Amino acid sequence: MIGITGSPGAGKSTLVDGLVECFRKREKTVGVLAVDPTSPFTGGAILGDRIRMQRHAEDPGVFVRSLATRGALGGLAKAVGDSIHVMDVMGMDMVIVETVGTGQQEVDIINHSHTVVVVLIPGMGDEIQAIKAGIMEIADVFVINKADREGSSKLRRELMAMLDMAPPTAFPGGWRPPIVRVENAFEPEGFGKSLEELTATIEEHYQHLVKNDLLGSRVRRKAVVELNEAVRTCVLEPVLSRLIASGEMAGMVEKLLKKESDPYTLAEEIAGRFLKNCD
Amino acid sequence: MADKKLRIMVAKPGLDGHDRGARVLARCFRDAGFEVIYTGCHQTPEQIAAAAIQEDVDIVGLSCLSGAHRYLFPAVVTLLKDKGADDITVIGGGIIPDQDFKLMFDAGLKAIFTPGATLDSIVEWINTNVQPRA
Ligand code: B12
Ligand SMILES: Nc1nc2c(ncn2[C@@H]2O[C@H](COP(=O)(O)OP(=O)(O)OP(=O)(O)O)[C@@H](O)[C@H]2O)c(=O)[nH]1
Ligand SMILES: [Mg+2]
Repeated sequence: MIGITGSPGAGKSTLVDGLVECFRKREKTVGVLAVDPTSPFTGGAILGDRIRMQRHAEDPGVFVRSLATRGALGGLAKAVGDSIHVMDVMGMDMVIVETVGTGQQEVDIINHSHTVVVVLIPGMGDEIQAIKAGIMEIADVFVINKADREGSSKLRRELMAMLDMAPPTAFPGGWRPPIVRVENAFEPEGFGKSLEELTATIEEHYQHLVKNDLLGSRVRRKAVVELNEAVRTCVLEPVLSRLIASGEMAGMVEKLLKKESDPYTLAEEIAGRFLKNCD
Repeated sequence: MADKKLRIMVAKPGLDGHDRGARVLARCFRDAGFEVIYTGCHQTPEQIAAAAIQEDVDIVGLSCLSGAHRYLFPAVVTLLKDKGADDITVIGGGIIPDQDFKLMFDAGLKAIFTPGATLDSIVEWINTNVQPRA
């Protein structure tokens, strides 16, 4: 299972479409989960990733499903986990998940993956700074996309420097995330070659996990995330919906607004009431 | 949370490139709180039916301004039926002459909207006639 993440418009969907093509050439079946944000204002969403993958729509070896984040507690990660199992049951050889990769839940989804591909594009200024903070830890492969754009060599150099500075412990089993440059998507020949390289790199990473017995630790990580998510759904959500239904939630919000209490005190009160059997 | 969102696919079958209406509708549906899958122009009925099933949508909205709706719209309905997905509501819109309405409804389309139809009336029709299934 492969996770693709990167800023909005980085070219993730175009890349996924290319990967699907490569895996199909290798006669592997592919499931794609594309996650798009839900509008916080209306609760609606335009799930537009599919538009770049429509040419595979009729191929029975390819299954594309779009998901909306549905807000912080809407169970995105749960839906993704379930969808991945469905694709497993359908016998898909590969599953690719595309997300914008912001927010805790999306990081969780990425955590489901064996191989995490972080897509970067030139010309985002101090983006490298931002990457250092979080994405660094999860990237197994970096893609510098839209290599036709100015600044892609500079981005590559900065990324190299960053990886050089990282302590060896940052690379489990000695895997230093390789950087793959992907040529302009509108020039099929170069793009096709880049995609072959990326596919090979992803396969290499998988082999690395197998050889070093790291697959287990990832599967384990995935199991942990899934359990977390299930506990959240079974424990947190019923509590919240009860508080909302009884009107207590509104009351507590009022208290907060009047500064009569703070969120942690209230949360502890709630915990005291609902978690009777815990010490 | 048990909020079930309506999933709608907006699709443009055939060679017609008039996509303004489809884009306007996609935004309007999002603002109405639906989850919208937009597939873009130049789709074959086969692609549309396959995508609708994979995406598990509740409703498919077809837009055609080229005159080819007489063949393309019924084709989508038939394909969905063949694949056992006749519970997906299909509606359409665009340049559809009055005399074709009967043909469309007989083919299994549930509603047709032509230029001048207000966005509110479209959303209202959907909310009244289609429920999210799961
Ligand atoms: C803008 C326009 C163009 C633009 C398109 C820009 C774009 N990217 O969309 C351009 C200039 C590119 C263009 C080109 C052509 N056009 Co033109 N175009 C129009 C025009 C003036 C307006 C269409 C429009 O955008 N309306 C605004 C949107 C919001 O409205 P709408 O799409 O109709 O959608 C509304 C309803 O129909 C309904 N609806 C539509 N679809 C759906 C779907 C669902 C599910 C639902 C619920 C509702 C719904 O809801 C919307 C809200 O009310 C119409 C004339 C007209 N008044 O309709 C001609 C018209 C559609 N074009 C026409 C023609 C012939 C052409 C060309 C073939 C011209 C040529 N010879 O080159 C080309 C073909 C282009 C192509 N590749 O297909 C003819 C079609 C004739 C026919 N069907 O018999 C028309 C009707 C003009 C005419 N009177 O002759 N066109
Ligand atoms: N110049 C250039 N543009 C590209 C390249 N690849 C993709 N694009 C364009 O970048 C835009 C975004 O591409 P997508 O693949 O939809 O990007 P995305 O990361 O999936 O976007 P979101 O899902 O909205 O976050 C599209 O207009 C593409 O045509 C490339 O190699 N070079
Ligand atoms: Mg995308």
